[in-house]
Amino acid sequence: MSNSVINWFKYASPATFYPLAGRLVPWFSGLAVLLIAWGLWIGLFVAPTDAQQSEGYRIIFVHVPASWLSMFIYCVMAFWSALGLAFNTRLSGMLTAALAPTGALFAFLSLWTGALWGKPMWGAWWVWDARLTSQLILFFLYLGFIALQSAIDDPRRADRAGALLALVGVVNIPIIYFSVQWWNTLHQGASVSLTKAPSMAHIMLEGMLIMALGFWSYAIAVVLTRVRCIILERELTSEWVKRNAVD
Amino acid sequence: MMTGFWTSMRRDLVLATRHKSEWLTALFFFVMVTNLLPLGVGPEVSLLRKIAPGVLWIGALLSTLLGLQRLFSSDHGDGTLEQMALSPVPLAWLVAGKMVTHWLVCGLPVVLMAPLLGIQFDLPTRSLGILVLSLLLGTPILSAVGALGAALTLGLRGGGALLSLLILPLYIPALIFGAGAVEADLAGISPQGHLSLLGALLVLSVFFSPWVTSLALRIALE
Repeated sequence: MSNSVINWFKYASPATFYPLAGRLVPWFSGLAVLLIAWGLWIGLFVAPTDAQQSEGYRIIFVHVPASWLSMFIYCVMAFWSALGLAFNTRLSGMLTAALAPTGALFAFLSLWTGALWGKPMWGAWWVWDARLTSQLILFFLYLGFIALQSAIDDPRRADRAGALLALVGVVNIPIIYFSVQWWNTLHQGASVSLTKAPSMAHIMLEGMLIMALGFWSYAIAVVLTRVRCIILERELTSEWVKRNAVD
Repeated sequence: MMTGFWTSMRRDLVLATRHKSEWLTALFFFVMVTNLLPLGVGPEVSLLRKIAPGVLWIGALLSTLLGLQRLFSSDHGDGTLEQMALSPVPLAWLVAGKMVTHWLVCGLPVVLMAPLLGIQFDLPTRSLGILVLSLLLGTPILSAVGALGAALTLGLRGGGALLSLLILPLYIPALIFGAGAVEADLAGISPQGHLSLLGALLVLSVFFSPWVTSLALRIALE
């Protein structure tokens, strides 16, 4: 009976997780390159030109997956933070720290591509739309998390303080989102509706999903690589690192 | 537990009355910032009335930030905070006492000063009442949420700037509903929805913040 019990905590130790991450990174990197290339090919060459937005709409193949991921990564960070605070596992804090820069990158990418898309479509780089504003605030939350972690020298305190901040942030995200939305509807004036054409061509959706999967793979590969670096930095004095220090 | 709360509150109040600069700085900062704005945007009355709710609220928000840095730092410096963490009284109650004091010292003067500044911005009398009400509901939220930021950044390099980076995004809902209530009243709509939401935020933050802040303090003290 005891053999059938899965050891959930096996990979919670940096010493066992480090080689696992090392084995996974090439797979996800390869997958990311393939999927992004495929998605871009569909997005740039296969998908038909949009009737209303002409060629400019093609930026959604980067914009939408980046926005999805930026929101999702914050939730993943909160999940690992909760786990880290509950079980006091060191690896959770390292993973959270590794996720934050990638999340911030995607949030920035989403804002930037949004601005590039907004200029030809709405004639403005920036409008105070509810979604844009809450995405900007999400970006600020990422920056706050990174700033807090980098200001604390003691990694244990940095992990725990960051975990608390990530959890408070994730509780606040819906509140912020709805407050911004209501604020926006009250201020309705020059703002332009973001709602896109109701139906999307099948091939466009396919391209977007493939790009999303590609971005996922990229995020996983990068986060695992970064977490490996963090593990090495923090465990520099431990026995298993010294044993494998050669490679 | 309640005695712990009252003792902590009374102690901080005594300290604040002995260092008058603490609360006077916050108050004068509020006055200065809100008075600089007309100098920046021009004295047009219609424009000033339009931006008044936002300006006054942002002024209140920034001036509460000033006092937050000192909320725990002096107690942390002389070791009082560690004794508080070790005491049999739950830390959350002591923290709650400190939060209430922070509000009394940095929030309440701002609330009382706001109608005077509102007159400068030519707000009608009824809107002044709504402004005071929204600030009365909103500034405790600022103290409660800000205390968490103060605990997280306790004793860190560049604590002040870091504190504002962490806390200001979390202030956004209070700002939106607080300024929104006054704007709604100015536009002739009932501000009740905004005030109710502000009240809900107040209840949530005052209930949870002492507990989360005490957790953050324990992390900082480890």
